[in-house]
Parts: sequence; structure tokens; C-alpha cells
Amino acid sequence: MIDSLRGQNLLDLGDLSRDAIVEVLDAAESFVEVNRRTVKKVPALKGRVVASLFFEESTRTRLSFETAAKRLSADVLSLAVASSSVKKGESLRDTIATIDALGIDAVVLRHRSSGAARQVSRYVPHVRVINAGDGLHQHPTQGLLDAFTVRRTLSERRGVSGASTGADLFDGLHVLIVGDIMHSRVARSDVDAYTALGAQVHVCAPATLLPAEVATWPVTIDEDFDDALSRADVVGLLRLQHERGSGVFVPSTAEYTMTHGLTLDRARRLKPDALILHPGPMNRGVEVDSRVADLPASLVTRQVASGVPVRMAVLFLSIVGTAKGEDQ
Amino acid sequence: MIGKDGVEQADLLVREGVVADRAPSLGVPVGAHVVDATGCWVGPAFVDLHAHLREPGGEAAETIESGARAAAIGGYSLVVAMANTEPAIDSAALVEYVLSRGSRARVEVAVAGAITVGRRGESLAPMAEMAARGVRLFSDDGDGVQDPAVMRRAMLYAAGLGVRVAEHCEDARLVAGGSMNEGALSSRLGLVGRPAMGEELMVLRDIELARWTGAAIHFLHLSTARSLAMVVAARREGVNVTCEVAPHHFTLDESACADFDPLYKVNPPLRRAQDVAALRAALVRGEVDAVATDHAPHPPESKDLPFDEAPAGVLGLEHAAALTYEALGSEQCDPHRFFDVLSRGPARVARVRHEDFYPRHGGHGGALHVGEDANLVVFDPSSRWVVDRDDLHGRSRNTPYHGRAMRGRVRATIARGVLVVDEGELT
Ligand SMILES: [Zn+2]
Repeated sequence: MIDSLRGQNLLDLGDLSRDAIVEVLDAAESFVEVNRRTVKKVPALKGRVVASLFFEESTRTRLSFETAAKRLSADVLSLAVASSSVKKGESLRDTIATIDALGIDAVVLRHRSSGAARQVSRYVPHVRVINAGDGLHQHPTQGLLDAFTVRRTLSERRGVSGASTGADLFDGLHVLIVGDIMHSRVARSDVDAYTALGAQVHVCAPATLLPAEVATWPVTIDEDFDDALSRADVVGLLRLQHERGSGVFVPSTAEYTMTHGLTLDRARRLKPDALILHPGPMNRGVEVDSRVADLPASLVTRQVASGVPVRMAVLFLSIVGTAKGEDQ
Repeated sequence: MIGKDGVEQADLLVREGVVADRAPSLGVPVGAHVVDATGCWVGPAFVDLHAHLREPGGEAAETIESGARAAAIGGYSLVVAMANTEPAIDSAALVEYVLSRGSRARVEVAVAGAITVGRRGESLAPMAEMAARGVRLFSDDGDGVQDPAVMRRAMLYAAGLGVRVAEHCEDARLVAGGSMNEGALSSRLGLVGRPAMGEELMVLRDIELARWTGAAIHFLHLSTARSLAMVVAARREGVNVTCEVAPHHFTLDESACADFDPLYKVNPPLRRAQDVAALRAALVRGEVDAVATDHAPHPPESKDLPFDEAPAGVLGLEHAAALTYEALGSEQCDPHRFFDVLSRGPARVARVRHEDFYPRHGGHGGALHVGEDANLVVFDPSSRWVVDRDDLHGRSRNTPYHGRAMRGRVRATIARGVLVVDEGELT
């Protein structure tokens, strides 16, 4: 269990204690302020080199990380290996060794295979590894930015600063995660983040989209979606990929919408102050009705905005703790 | 001496490839080489039903010669080379190729022929032609025969020839895309699982096919408590079934995969701790016919791939005996059970015993009677040692046991009457 991200890898949110997560959220609060300045830059990581290594293309996540690194004054090496020669069957060790030879402090890694970030962390123990999504396993910064978005929204409602609330606002909070949990690294990271912070996590999905032995997860499995919605404080929707909704896991996306989509009708069951999250990109009309996605309760744009400060916090904490002369 | 009838302290003389004499005390003939086996178990050398020697096609990982070196160190006098080479061993010519390479190796090499052409699971391979070259075991291992109609015909045909089919039980569709046991851990790790049911449904199917066809079936590397229970029940009902378990399945559980180290990726996958316990209990009770290694060498770079892309398989030949000794209770280990599962049982399944008149091979898994072919092992149960992957004798290094403390070690191996390992080293 990691009690502070300082000098540590971020591979799996399940490794982080409540204190470690709160430390990231608090650091992110201070970076929100930086992002409001005209000159959106602090010298915290000046002279440090961050490589972003995306074996799977995700322009949004990559830009968010690279922007965060640049605002901390780090040098960024951007390697979009998804389109280069690195293909299935190429040694992870060889690829990372090549990049390590350029002299890097941290690598932000996105990979289609679960566990890739953990494997890379063994190959380059002197480099900090930030998992930007590995297969179906984890997407830790998404889990952190979801928690950050929820805490910020709830603390604003109370007229207090997020950093002053620690994990208090999560105590007893009912978070409902809906959809393709089996294939979602976001769901795994969200469950870890919310449970560590003290929330009650519920999941709801067609049984074919629930992970194996989900009963061993620290969550409540809700079978009645309508009922679960009416009791949720936070609803986290997940993207249903079209290939999974075409008869393999559920008969059709239309049927999915009927049983588990957040339609306008269903949205009426929500508590008046409930929050809706979605990691994007949304399939409007499938997991969420377009009009629901645009309700004030929907935090989708705030989630995107939280990305940069949360990733600044992660990079800062992870890298500053590492040995390198002047920072110690 | 761990003979079939009992344990005794004795001297044994090997001359011209056979057990020439055995008595409480023998003089040393002039020119004889003496192997001091004081405090050791001397028994029939081990027989491995399941070794992937990779030749032809996979020589970067292993060859028949290098695999035989590892086998000799492990105490084996005979290994059955699996058919999933490139190309697959699905013709008399390829059988002859492997046998001729094997005839020059340190231990004897028998061949498992493919059940279907190219191991594609569609049309029957020329089993009679291969059987005429001495093949007694047929398997598409690497994959199971998926189509029940093909398997039914293969079993009918095999029964007519008096040979045995050996099945890798995993339903390809149920385990598709999977890289570890399906369960709470795979669920948390985001790895697609290979459910126990994927194995058990095929075990169930093949038991019923064997019952109906009357054919002899051997179940390769059973890994779950339920698979074993079904096979034990079928045997009691008189179905002609035999089964093996692999050392990795009775020494390691799925938790080894928690750090995404592809070294622990095998098919069928490492299962739950309760399955490991069930396999060990079955070994102790004598419900398992054989410990078989599923020795699966891979070159180092293949284990630097992401977990889901890495090939499955671990090395087995050099450590199986010590791991079996441990599973049978170390000091409590019954030496008869030990030689039953490592030597006599597998020799019976492969039909390479003295009394099987195997056309191409000498007698293995014997009783240490005078006149038998000299295939012997000296196992020192008191030896303590630590596995070092840089001290292996095959071509590959993918052992999951690096750094593990072991009890019991092979001191000497005599294969085809030749001392191939002495003082724990290749001669
Ligand atoms: Zn197999």
C-alpha cells in the first residue's frame, strides 16, 4: 500500500491508500489555480524529461498528459508508437530500453495489454512509470480525476475549498457505476478511488458485462437499475463499445439502451442533486440520452477540465520524490 | 532399491545395457564404474509423457538433443516428444525424423503423433502408419480436438489400432483470448480468463466419448479439482481413462500471475489454491497415473511480451522429481508412490515397459529385476539445493522456480544402459 505518491510509480489505484489519493487531489487543487493564470506555467519540473509512450492512440489523454508536463516545465518526448513500427509481438523490454537510453525521468504509458505498465516498471526501475491506461486493467488518472471532479463539485456547493474537506465528502456517498464494467479499466480505477475515499460503490449492468466473480469486489451489485438510480448520489456511466453491443455480450445497443441506458425518462428518477459522470467519448443515444448528457447534473466537461491539474499533480508528486541533485 | 515388491538395500550390476545382477552385496568386477548410491533411492528412471522438444521448427527454444540433456539431468530415461512442432508430427516420415534424432540423444525419445492432420482438428492423421513406426500415444496437444464428431471418430479409430489418444482439454471458444485462470484475480487484473469450465466440459465430453467408443483416453495436465474428480469417477466405472498432472499445477497457484509476469503463463492456467491442494491430495492417494512435465521451452524475448501476448508454457524436465517429492510430503514421501507417478505409471500409459514389447524402445518403468533393460535413476532425497535459471541444461531459461529451495535431487541417470548423469552432472 502506497501512502504517498512522492517518488512512486502510479500503476494501479488499488495500491494507493486514502491518504495518498487525498494528497493527489489536494495537489491538483493547487494546480487549478496555475491553469487560470495568463502564464500557465510553474518551474516545478524544469530540466526533467517526461516521455509519453502511447502504444494505443488516445489523442485526448495524451494531450492532457503532455499539457500537464509542459505546464510543470518538463521536457516532453512524445512517442506515438501506436502508428509506428511497434506492433503486436514486439518486445516491451526492447522498446522501453530504447527510450530509456534517451535519458528520461518518467514515462507516461498507454498500452492495449493489461499489466504493461507494471512490466515496464520492472524493466526500468530508475524511471517513474505513470499508467495512462493498460488494457482492461487500470486507468488511474481517470479514477483520480473523477474523484477530484466529484469532490470539487460537492465542496463548491457547500462553499468550501476542496482541499479543506479531505475525504469527508465521500463518507457514505452512494456512487453507482453503470455499464460495461467487465471491459472497463475506468470502472476498475473508479471503484478503487471511490472505495478508498470511503464511498459506497454500487455497480449495475447486464450480467454478461459484469466481471467474473464480481461478488469479490468491494461493491454492491444492484439488479434493479431504476431503483439504483433513485438512490445514487453519483452516477458514473461507461461507454458501451459497438462491437460488444452487437449480439456478443448484449443483443443490440438498442436493447442495452432499453435496459441500462440513462434515458430522459430514467433521469427523472435521479435525486435532484445527483451528479452524472462519463469518461468520454460518449455514445449519445446508447448509454446516455443526448439531452441527459447536457443537463446541469452532467459533469462531463468538468471531468475533461480536471484532467490537466490532476495529471500535473500526479507527475509532480511522482517525479519530485526521485533523486536528482537540486530537488533533494 | 525401490523395486516393485519392496525396498531393500542392495548392489546392482549393469552390464551390456541390462540389469545383470542384484544382490545384498556384489563384488566390483574389473573395469566397472561404481556409482555410490548410499542413502539414495534407486529406481526405474523416470518417463515423461509430455515434453515439447520443439524440433523441428522451434530450435531457437529447444532441440531434441538439448531437451534430452535436460531430461537426463532430471532423471529421465525416456521422454515422449509432443507433436505440436512446426510442422506437426502427423506422418510416418516425421515420426522417423524425430526417432532418428532421438536415437542420438542422451535419453530415449518416443513420439506422440498428431491425431489430426496439421493438428487442425479436421481430418484424421495417418495413425496406423505412425503406429507401425511405434507410436502408441496420439495427441493434438497445444489444443484439444474441438469438434466432438472428429474426436469420436479419432477414438473409434484409435481403439481399433490399440493405441491411446491424449487430450489437451480446453474448449477453444470458452477460453478464447484468455491468459490466466478466470476468477476473482483475473477480474481485478483485467485479464481475460480461461475458465475452469473450459477444461471440465471437455473432460466430461471425452469421458463420455471413451465410455461409448471403448477407446483408451489419457487426460493431459489436469488442473482443476473437478476435472480430477470426474476422471477418478470414470475410472471407477470402468472407463479406460488415465491422467497426468504437471508440476507447475501442483506447486503454483494463480496468485503467481498477480504481477503480470509472463513466466507464470501456462495453458491450462495456474488455478486456485484449492485446486492445487486437490491435485496434491490426489497424487498422495494414488489417483493420478503420472506426473508429466509439459516441458515448454520458449526463448527469452518471448517472455518480454505483454502478458496477454506472451506464449504459454514453462520448463519442467529438470525440476519435476524434486517438486513431486515435495508434493508427496518430503520426508513422508512414499518411495513407491514417487516411482509410480514418475516412472511406472507413465511407462504404462506410453506402453514402453519391458512387457509391452515396444517395437522401437527398450523397457522403462521396470521392477529392477535381473534381465531388464538398464534404465535407472539414483535420487538423493536428502539433497537440498536452490534453483538457478543460469544452471539449466536445455536451451531455454523460462523456469518459474528460479530461487526456489528444493529437496531431493537426481544424483545419477542410466539410460539405455549408459550412465548419462553422474554426480548430478552430464557425463
Ligand atoms: Zn497441453
